[in-house]
Amino acid sequence: MSALLEVDNLQISARNDDDELTPIVKGVSFNVQPGEVVALIGESGSGKTTIALSSLGYTKPGLEFVGGEVRLHGEDVISMQNDRLRGLRGQRVAYLAQSAAATFNPALTIGEQVTESTVLHGLMSQEEANRRAEDLYRALELPDPDRLGKRYPHQVSGGQLQRLMAATALCGKPDLLVLDEPTTALDVTTQIEVLKSFKSVITQEGASAIYVTHDLSVVAQIADHIVVLYAGEIQEYGTADQVVTQPSHEYTRRLMYAVRPPPAAGQGEETSDEHQRKAPALEVKNLLAGYGRTQNGAPEITVLRDVNVAIERGHSVGVIGESGCGKSTLARVMAGLLPAAQGEVLLDGAALQPALQQRSRNELQKIQFVFQMADTALNPRQRIDKILGRPVEFYHGLKGEEKRRRVGELLQMVELPQEFAGRYPEELSGGQKQRINLARALAASPEVLLCDEVISALDSIVGANVIELLKRLRKQTGVSFVFISHDLSTVASFADQIVVLYAGRVVEQGPTNAVLSPPYHPYTRLLISSVPELRVGWLEETMETQEAQAGIDRVVTLTDKGCPFFDRCPRAVKGTCDEETPPVRKVTGSHSIECHLSEAEFAQ
Amino acid sequence: MIWRALLARLGISLVTLWVVSVLIFIGTNLLPGDVAQIILGQMATPENTAVLREKLGLDKHPVEQYLVWLSNVMMGDLGISKAGLGAGLGTPIVEMLGPRIDNTAMLTVLVGAIAIPISVALGLLAAMHPGTRLDRTITFSTLNIISIPDFLIATILVLVFAVSLGWLPSIVYLRGDESGWVLMKTIAMPLMTLVILSSSQIIRMTRATVLNVMSSPYVEMAILKGVPRRRIILRHALFNAIGPIVNVIALNLAWLVGGVVVVEQIFSYPGLAKLMIEAVQMRDMPLVQACAMIFCAVYVVLIFIADMATILSNPRLRHPK
Repeated sequence: MSALLEVDNLQISARNDDDELTPIVKGVSFNVQPGEVVALIGESGSGKTTIALSSLGYTKPGLEFVGGEVRLHGEDVISMQNDRLRGLRGQRVAYLAQSAAATFNPALTIGEQVTESTVLHGLMSQEEANRRAEDLYRALELPDPDRLGKRYPHQVSGGQLQRLMAATALCGKPDLLVLDEPTTALDVTTQIEVLKSFKSVITQEGASAIYVTHDLSVVAQIADHIVVLYAGEIQEYGTADQVVTQPSHEYTRRLMYAVRPPPAAGQGEETSDEHQRKAPALEVKNLLAGYGRTQNGAPEITVLRDVNVAIERGHSVGVIGESGCGKSTLARVMAGLLPAAQGEVLLDGAALQPALQQRSRNELQKIQFVFQMADTALNPRQRIDKILGRPVEFYHGLKGEEKRRRVGELLQMVELPQEFAGRYPEELSGGQKQRINLARALAASPEVLLCDEVISALDSIVGANVIELLKRLRKQTGVSFVFISHDLSTVASFADQIVVLYAGRVVEQGPTNAVLSPPYHPYTRLLISSVPELRVGWLEETMETQEAQAGIDRVVTLTDKGCPFFDRCPRAVKGTCDEETPPVRKVTGSHSIECHLSEAEFAQ
Repeated sequence: MIWRALLARLGISLVTLWVVSVLIFIGTNLLPGDVAQIILGQMATPENTAVLREKLGLDKHPVEQYLVWLSNVMMGDLGISKAGLGAGLGTPIVEMLGPRIDNTAMLTVLVGAIAIPISVALGLLAAMHPGTRLDRTITFSTLNIISIPDFLIATILVLVFAVSLGWLPSIVYLRGDESGWVLMKTIAMPLMTLVILSSSQIIRMTRATVLNVMSSPYVEMAILKGVPRRRIILRHALFNAIGPIVNVIALNLAWLVGGVVVVEQIFSYPGLAKLMIEAVQMRDMPLVQACAMIFCAVYVVLIFIADMATILSNPRLRHPK
């Protein structure tokens, strides 16, 4: 059997402003057989997307092909003329991008975009293409397939858009699909649904695929062969089973190590109480907060309700939940960026003003915020010494030599060399920028650090290093952390307390070990079971469970009464769960679950 | 939702117009000199002045004066020009404005009809081939034209077409009964000047917005779907660039109505802007107020239209969830 796609000694370079070439892909070769899924795995900068795009004869602006061939059915696509390339793209090779939200044109209907390529290439008439699209919507289990085509991208959810992207790619029945991190931007519960539909559709259509990702656990579910890449070179190339179970290369083992184990009891950090004092470092009581104009103590859209969380000194509280559950809102209320409508925020046992503007400089100094995107949080026109020097001067009044020394200490704290003081943010890598972002918050010598998804945008190895750094800082300085993430494994590996938020309510909270072992709140169980495991066949098993069938890929809806998880819960009791606010059940010590089910029922 | 957005815009436009009417009234009243004295000139004895002030309603409280003026304006009575009042009869401002509005409207419509299609096309052309010689020529020349003051461009055109070549008249003399070729030739000079000036901005804005959209992920996706370049620009990119382009066009049209003082003056073009200059020189306050209100109304209406176009071109507002 001859290969569908042969990548043969492919070399791609970047041309800079001085017309110099820097190699990005350094002689990569692999094959894709008909009906096979080949995964390209590596960190950012490994060249995986660049290689994948070459199968469409395309390079990102600034890159160019330097050598080698990419043959589809034996014919080189790199040397193809523009007209022929257009015929190839979308028809024989189709591309699925990472962020469907950005790759769908907001001004055109979904139907037009799904069928566009097929109709333009003359493969089908518009009517035939529309019918084909509807069939695909059904196969991908999208809601309301008859009318979906007439809707606009902003009218459907992120997970649905990602599947619509698959429909776009599959519409013209291509020979090869190129999937570029198609599930990375999704919540775990959405991810497994999307993975499942991708997998079944690929099997049904008999298509081959190149699957680009940095996530080894996802790859294990879907790939036949795995190509491990580092800095534009192949490190390891073998069957999925072999690479996952017996990695032969050192780099693959490092990748495996960085895959955080699925959350389970026993991983939670036990932190010492040496820094502890009488009152918690930060506490919120009976919080009610939301957006829009506040009238009679209630905002137009209420996000957080009845939230009670205490952060002890030197401890880390992980806040977990899907997007739309109010995690960032909680951090913004704590920081004073969003004043709460009702309830209190207490620092060291003393009530804080709800709004940032009314808090004293001393109070501001004690609570610092680390934003998700270091790229946008750091001013690109300021050098690192200025970025770090500003809070040092503002909060501690240090100037001149003293300030310079303190900036040096901060760089040392986040394990960056002193020379970085004179650099601009754009000269740093993603992980280094995130360290500067962290150092900027530490410059105030805070007592509580609010970390909002600080490692979500980082590669697994870089992210793991940042977590190690956070652990060391916690030990050294006794600073407390509020650690927000949608990734349960990350939270489990760092936090000693976990707060599970769903639709603005705390559904479960307690020590990490207690939250990650039964009894679970049904939502916690769903989250835990949705985290992909690094073994082949996990996906199929999981989709069979009761939780998955009731709860995956649904939108989070805020409710005024009853339990917000009602519509996704496999054990919901009609008349009770949707009507009455669930009671807070103390399980053991500080572990509590907010659910109508009794402890005996949990045990079942 | 979309109706609410449009109604809100409409409300804001009306409020703007009202605020401007107050500002104009205060502004003209703050100007030094008593209108009655100016009109009477050498005959301004205290008795005469007092009589004329009473006749013009200038002895009343300013708020009352404003309300009388506003209610007259609402009913289409812009007042009586004070030019010639001393001699007895004044000219109703509406009559003075009529031919000037026609002239300005004619010039604006012609400039718009020529400049808009040409500049959108040139802007798109530049955006389709970024970095090429064509693009660099277009970018370079539009940047130059924007940086040169309008009177200099007018003067250069006069030097070339009227003085050296002798093809066109350097001054516009409109009798009002010209048509066709003669008319075109008469107004060719200001027309050319204004087309050049307003095109540059529209070209640059079109190029910049379309280029910005061209670097978006959904355009890259369209390339990877094998969509031809022409369709990418016209269907994928232009649709998302409409808002800024319509806005710069609206601003340019509004500028053509009220802001072309210098160009009208150079060519002696009998338009609205020139009328306003004359009114200011003669301290003809009712006329100044009327012109200022018209300019402002044109701005508000055009910006309102541009806003509506932006709102209507946004599917998020047209089709809420």
